[in-house]
Amino acid sequence: MTQRSSVSGQRSARAPEAPWHYCLEVRDLAAGYEGTPAIRAISFAIPPGQMVGVIGPNGAGKTTLFKAILGLVPLQGGQILLHEKEAHAQRSLMGYVPQIDDLDRRFPVSVRDVVMMGRYPRIGWVRRPGADDAAAVRAALERVDMADLAHRQIGRLSGGQLQRVLLARALAQDPHLLLLDEPVSGVDTTTQHAIFAVLESLRDAGKTVVVATHDLNCVVERFEQVLCLNRRLVAYGPPTQVFRDSVLEETYGSHLMIVRVGDRQVVVADEHRHRTHPVRRPERG
Amino acid sequence: MEWLVSPFELAFMQRAFLGGILVGALCAVVGTFVVLRGMAFIGDALAHAAFPGVVLAYMLNANIHLGATIFALATALGIGFVSRRARTSDDTTIGILFAGAFALGILLMSTIQGYTADLFSFLFGNILGISTADLAVVGALAALVVLAVALCYKELLIVSFDPVVAEAMGYPVQALNYLLLSLIALTIVVSIQAVGVVLVVALLVTPAATAALLTERFLRVMGVGVLLSMLATALGLYLSFYLNVASGAAIVLVSTVLFFTALGARRLRSGAAR
Repeated sequence: MTQRSSVSGQRSARAPEAPWHYCLEVRDLAAGYEGTPAIRAISFAIPPGQMVGVIGPNGAGKTTLFKAILGLVPLQGGQILLHEKEAHAQRSLMGYVPQIDDLDRRFPVSVRDVVMMGRYPRIGWVRRPGADDAAAVRAALERVDMADLAHRQIGRLSGGQLQRVLLARALAQDPHLLLLDEPVSGVDTTTQHAIFAVLESLRDAGKTVVVATHDLNCVVERFEQVLCLNRRLVAYGPPTQVFRDSVLEETYGSHLMIVRVGDRQVVVADEHRHRTHPVRRPERG
Repeated sequence: MEWLVSPFELAFMQRAFLGGILVGALCAVVGTFVVLRGMAFIGDALAHAAFPGVVLAYMLNANIHLGATIFALATALGIGFVSRRARTSDDTTIGILFAGAFALGILLMSTIQGYTADLFSFLFGNILGISTADLAVVGALAALVVLAVALCYKELLIVSFDPVVAEAMGYPVQALNYLLLSLIALTIVVSIQAVGVVLVVALLVTPAATAALLTERFLRVMGVGVLLSMLATALGLYLSFYLNVASGAAIVLVSTVLFFTALGARRLRSGAAR
C-alpha cells in the first residue's frame, strides 16, 4: 500500500499543547457495505488544531469516509484511531454535520429543539435538559448568529440558516473532531463567512475540523491540509503542494485547470474541453 | 342537553366512551411518530398481522389480547430480520408478511364451525362490546406505552428526526426503532377492539396528521392529536348511538372529516395571508 502519500508540512504551531500527536489517524482503511469497498487504501493522520478539506468528485466516497470514521459504515479493513484509541468507542468526541438535504424539513421541531439534540448524549437517558443545557444551546446559537430565530420551525429557514443550525448542534455537543459534509455548497456568502469564522475559531481552540467540499478555491484559501479522494487516497498535504495538475487529474479526471492570479492559485472548472482532447496547461512553478 | 347525557345511562355506553377515549389518546401519542416517520403502511400491516393471533386465541379459548400481542410483536420484529436475509426492501417484506399473516387469520377463521360473529367484531371493531376486564387491559397497556414514550422521549425524537446523527452520537438506533415498533404493535392490539384491524391505521394516522397541519412543534402535534382523537371518538360514539351505525366506522369517519376541515382551514388561512 502506498501509505501516507504526502503527510508533510503539518503545521501544528496553532494548536495549544495537546497530549496527542494526532487527533485522527486513519490506517489503510477500506470501508463500505458488502462486496467491493466504496473506499479503500486510505491512510492519513491529522494533528489537533487543523482544518482539513476533503475534495473529490461526486461518488468519490467523501460521505462514506466520514461515515466510516463515525462508525456508520462497516470497515472492511484498516483502522481508525481517535486520540490513539479506536474511534468507534469514542463517538461522543466526534461531531457530524450532515448534508441538509438528508433532513426532513417538515419535521415539527424548532431551531432550538434541533440544537438541543447536540446535548442529548451529555444529558443521558431518561433525564431532561437542564439550565446548563439551555445555556449551551443559547451560546451555540449565538455563535452562528441564529439566536433570534431560536423558536422558528426548521422548514421556515433558508438553506444557509439550516446549515448554521446544524453547525450549532455540533457545537453544543462540544466535540474534539468535527466532520462537516458540504457545509458551504449552495449557501449564501453570509452563511459561508459565518461558518468559516466558527470553524477557524474551533481550529484555533485546538479542535480538528474536517470539511468535505466542492469549492477548491475555498480550500486553497482557508485550509492548511487537503485530502484528495477518488475512492482511494490520491494525495494529502498542504493545498499549495497538493494542487498540481497531475493530482487534480487523478482526482477529478481532466476537466479542471489551475490558474495563478498574482500569488494565488485559482482552480477553474473547464466544462468545454473534451476529455478526449486534454490540452496541456502551461506549467507553473 | 338531554341527548348529551342520555347515552351514559347505559353501562355499556359508559365503558365504550371510557375505552374509546383511552384508545384514541394512546393512538395519537404513538401515531405522532407513525405520521412523522412515514410508518403508516407498517402500522396497517401490524394490525392485520395481529388478526391470526386473535383467531387462534379465540379457537384455543385463550386471551385475545395476548394472542394479538404475540403476532403483532413477532411481525414487528420479523420485518427487519426477513429484509436482511431476503435482501428485499422493508416495504416489500411488510407486504409479504402482513398479507400472509392476515390470510392465515382468515383461513383459520374459515375452519371454525358455527358462530364466528365475535371474530367479525375484531375485523371491524365493536367498542360497544368492551367489558370491564377489557378496559383494565386497555388501561394497563396504554399506561405502559405512554410511560415508555415519556421515558425515551428524547431518544425517540432524535432517532425519528435524524437517525444518522443519532447513530453517530452512539445511540442504539436499531434497538430504538424496535422499541418504537413494539409500542406501535401494543397500541394496535389495544385498539383492535375499538375499530377493528381494518381501520386501526386510521386511528393511528389521522388525528396526528390533522394535528401536524395545525401546529409545528413535536409535543404540540402530540397534544393536539390526543385532543382531536378524543373528540373524534366521542362524536363517533354519539353518531353510532343515535343513528345506529357501526361505532368503529363512525369514529374513523369523524376523524377523516376533522382532517379535511383542518386542511381547508389551513388553506383558507394561507390564502388570506397572501
